[in-house]
Amino acid sequence: MHDVFIYDHVRTPRGRGRPDGSLHEIPAIQLVTQLLEAVQTRSNLDTALLDDVVIGCAQPVGEQGGVLARGAVLNAGYADTVGGQQVHRFCGSGLEAVNNVAGQVASGMAMAGIGGGVESMSRTIMGYDSGAWAADPRVALHNYYTPQGIGADLIATLEGYSRTDVDGYAAESQRRAALAWDEGRFARSIVPVRDVMGEVILDNDEFRRPSTTVESLGNLKPAFAGMASMGFGRVVRERYPQVEEINHVHTGGNSSGIVDGSGVVLLGNAEFGKAAGLKPRARMRSWASIGSEQTIMLTAPVAVAQKALKNAGMTADQIDLWELNEAFASVVLRFMGHMEIDHAKINVNGGAIAMGHPLGATGAMILGTVLDELERRDLNTAMTLLCVGNGMGTAAIIERV
Amino acid sequence: MRHIAIETGADGVAILTLNNADESMNVVSDDWLGEMNAAIVQLRDDAAVTGVVITSGKKAFMAGADLKLMVAAYGRLTVHQAYEFSQKATAMHRALETMGKPVVCAMNGLALGGGFELALACHYRVLADDPKAIVGLPEVNVGLLPGSGGTQRLARMIGVQAALDLLLTGRSLSPAEALKAKIVDELAPSGDVVAAAKAWLATGPSPVRKWDVKGYAAPEQRMMIIPEVAMGFSVGVAQVVDKAGYNMPAAPAILSAVFEGIQLPIDKALSVESKYFAKLLTDPVARNIIRTTFISKQAAEKGARRPAGVAKTTFTKVGVLGAGMMGAGIALISAQAGIDVVLIDRDVATAEKGKGYSAKVFGKQVAKGAMTQDKADAILARITPTDDFAQLDGCQMVIEAVFEDLGIKAETTRKAEAVIPADAIFASNTSTLPIGQLAEASARPAQFIGTHFFSPVDRMGLVEVIMGKQTAPETLAKALDFVAQVRKTPIVVNDSRGFYTSRVFRMMIFEGVAMLEEGVEPARIENAAKAAGFPVGPLALLDEVTMELPVKILEDAAGEAGNTYTIEKGMAVLKRMIAMGRGSRKAGGGFYAYPEGAPKHLWKGLAEEFPVSAEQPDQSELKARLLYAQAIETARCLEEGVIETSEDGDLGAVYGWGFPAWTGGTLSFIDTVGIAAFVAECDRLAQLYGERFAPSAWLRARADKGEGFYPDPAT
Repeated sequence: MHDVFIYDHVRTPRGRGRPDGSLHEIPAIQLVTQLLEAVQTRSNLDTALLDDVVIGCAQPVGEQGGVLARGAVLNAGYADTVGGQQVHRFCGSGLEAVNNVAGQVASGMAMAGIGGGVESMSRTIMGYDSGAWAADPRVALHNYYTPQGIGADLIATLEGYSRTDVDGYAAESQRRAALAWDEGRFARSIVPVRDVMGEVILDNDEFRRPSTTVESLGNLKPAFAGMASMGFGRVVRERYPQVEEINHVHTGGNSSGIVDGSGVVLLGNAEFGKAAGLKPRARMRSWASIGSEQTIMLTAPVAVAQKALKNAGMTADQIDLWELNEAFASVVLRFMGHMEIDHAKINVNGGAIAMGHPLGATGAMILGTVLDELERRDLNTAMTLLCVGNGMGTAAIIERV
Repeated sequence: MRHIAIETGADGVAILTLNNADESMNVVSDDWLGEMNAAIVQLRDDAAVTGVVITSGKKAFMAGADLKLMVAAYGRLTVHQAYEFSQKATAMHRALETMGKPVVCAMNGLALGGGFELALACHYRVLADDPKAIVGLPEVNVGLLPGSGGTQRLARMIGVQAALDLLLTGRSLSPAEALKAKIVDELAPSGDVVAAAKAWLATGPSPVRKWDVKGYAAPEQRMMIIPEVAMGFSVGVAQVVDKAGYNMPAAPAILSAVFEGIQLPIDKALSVESKYFAKLLTDPVARNIIRTTFISKQAAEKGARRPAGVAKTTFTKVGVLGAGMMGAGIALISAQAGIDVVLIDRDVATAEKGKGYSAKVFGKQVAKGAMTQDKADAILARITPTDDFAQLDGCQMVIEAVFEDLGIKAETTRKAEAVIPADAIFASNTSTLPIGQLAEASARPAQFIGTHFFSPVDRMGLVEVIMGKQTAPETLAKALDFVAQVRKTPIVVNDSRGFYTSRVFRMMIFEGVAMLEEGVEPARIENAAKAAGFPVGPLALLDEVTMELPVKILEDAAGEAGNTYTIEKGMAVLKRMIAMGRGSRKAGGGFYAYPEGAPKHLWKGLAEEFPVSAEQPDQSELKARLLYAQAIETARCLEEGVIETSEDGDLGAVYGWGFPAWTGGTLSFIDTVGIAAFVAECDRLAQLYGERFAPSAWLRARADKGEGFYPDPAT
């Protein structure tokens, strides 16, 4: 196996994923194009050195379909020898794309590539790609399909998290994100998004609500009780018979925000670094994906973390910082509890609850975020991981070099 | 042709009249299909015919397939044969709609199931504007789906969501509703449906359905890229599970037939529909539902257990003793059936309160517009509330529904018998006290019988008729005539503690408390019951019936020689709950807490009183215990002669205490499992959980011979 290094990372700021969001007028392919351009210009990169660009996306249909990655490669003026590939592992897509490139490089079949993700949630519809898993009656029935917000509430029910527990976590995410922005901790990686005229249209994560408190969150209505009462509550009880009633604690305030955005990671072997004149920032120690029980859908992080640790020959105490996507507060609370991880070591600059979760992009974004933070704190190792639709999880461990 | 007549007029319109030669209703049969196929060829090839009107020579237009045929398919047809069976009918409908001449269905009366599928295969539908002329596709209610194009034509005609609403509920629509739903095109007065059909033909309509026009695509054909449509199916699945758990295959099959079919051209879609139909027809669930809830139920209502040779009695005056909840309900249904009722209680005020129940029920119906005030008044006028036993003079029957106490019942019996005519019968509505013991107070035990109604009487369909040792066949015949007159479904059982229904039902609630005693989490117990198909869990049931009731019955029975009315495990739970003052909902809360203005929830204190085990059993084990405990007790009832027929056992189970309909009842459940496998599983359960699961020598012998409770379908 060849060592795989991370040479650079950039991301867009996240725009509110609604018609009033700043990025609503920017097509998804333009977000990726601008990041590819930035990667090239930041190090005056000879793009002919790259083998492949892999872009993950959770709704790869419509303008995000048709192998958006290859379209962006050409759009960004990269050498036409650079391939493009689309991967779909729901919310794990962005990280899976990075892992995919890492795999190509590690196997020796490629020298370098870019892995990343994009999601313009304001321009697509969540669930736009539907799929048999949720919509085909035979399949959905067989698999006890339940929307994932209910799974998040089910975790809270089974683990005994109260509304205050999840709101407390959410308020802390907001506080951390505000501090991180105030101190410019994301500055190295943010590439402001520009409009058709070349003017900056967004330069910060606009979804944030820094003044959020546990009290203000307490006023929000549970988001998934209505869906449970349509019948999914019964589906859950068929699968989790110990549950009498689901405790619906999740709201728009303690779940990940709907946003637009993209992030990419430049990866390559040592030879690539020499050829491009670049110094590696970190090494990909291991990566992994896994499946877990699909009705609750969101409990794979523990299993995938263990798998990634095993692949790396490491133990949890050797990880300096953890970055677990804040899909829902209960997902992170459960992970901290089961892995015995101190809150001070995980999602240290806030997460998707405060800044938003552009589904297929998030994995690549937060990998870069935690790398920046390792450098800022002068620490060595970090694990990035996400819970993934239909009961999966995806993770990667990086180590500074 | 025997079932069809064709007459072609000078105007070129052929009138095809359905007129079943053998029955009073037009139904789908092999003969009829053959005649239809021949008729279609004839009409197609006859140049003089320019259009066709299909109507009926009966009061109704047409019903569906004969359920007796459907019930016989299980175990006889392979799935592929069932598919071909469905495709044969489908082909006829397809030939009709593609014959190249416009066909109008002139429905002069009701059209249900296969009858309405015929209408859907026509180019235009006229329906009689008559309240009796209901239309719909009720197949889901018998565990099937409309297998002659119903799912596909309806979805293409009115859209996927609207079609699924009708297909999944199986509800029938009145003419006005049917017109609004666009499943018929026009209403006309009953006598004018053919004229209206002809008028439409005169407009020179196209004989091509929209789905046969080149380039046709259903709006939902590309449903997988229409998020709202795709999501509609996600929710549809959840709603189906919410309604019936994972036990009823028909609703999911309908969802799939529509989901898959709408994406296909019509002939492929019809083939997929037939495949799902074939799966259902060869599944025991459809057989179970049809056999118990239609065939056996109708037979019971038509007097399957009524002794022959006794003249029919029509009741005009009965007495009801005791104006509590049961007495009040019995008075209500009797008056509703046109019978004068003397409703007696200890004082006039109490008796009037009993009559007040009827006033309340009818008041609600009047408010809803379901009944006129005049009709309600006329029914209420038939009920005479009184405390005077002399008013019982002239009653053909007395139904006693006083407090469950031998002494009180005996006194009431004597007072009534002193007044009623010599040929009157006396029926006790006891749910547990042996009829033989109650009859000891009677001067005419041959005329003494049990009629166990279920609560609430006006909504529960079953009556458990109990024969005492001395009850005469004439008395049974009269009691069954009464049950028929008040439009209930009877089963006939023999005297025994708890008779049949209460005796077996106790196994359900006792299994629940046994589980609790063993340390099973209460939510798992309740969810297991619901997952198995019971409407309510055993703990919730106990809160409603009160824990004192089964304890009292157990204690009453304990003194008797040879008593088998026992509880093997869980008595400690019942006694502990009662001692804590948590014996029922009435007591302010039992296994559940009942907070004001919020839904009930399992009482938090249960975990302390009955600590849960670290290791929890699999749900399938809990479900099996609930189902098997009741099934084997039913087998014992048959062995002991408490019930005499499998049909009575199954009807009592499904309609008496809500044993899941997908099983067809307790004995049908055993046959579904297979009697040998059932006995083997009981042996396993007996070893793990107790003697209540142990098969008797009698049952074992039956298993050895492979002798189930219904005739083997393969023979």
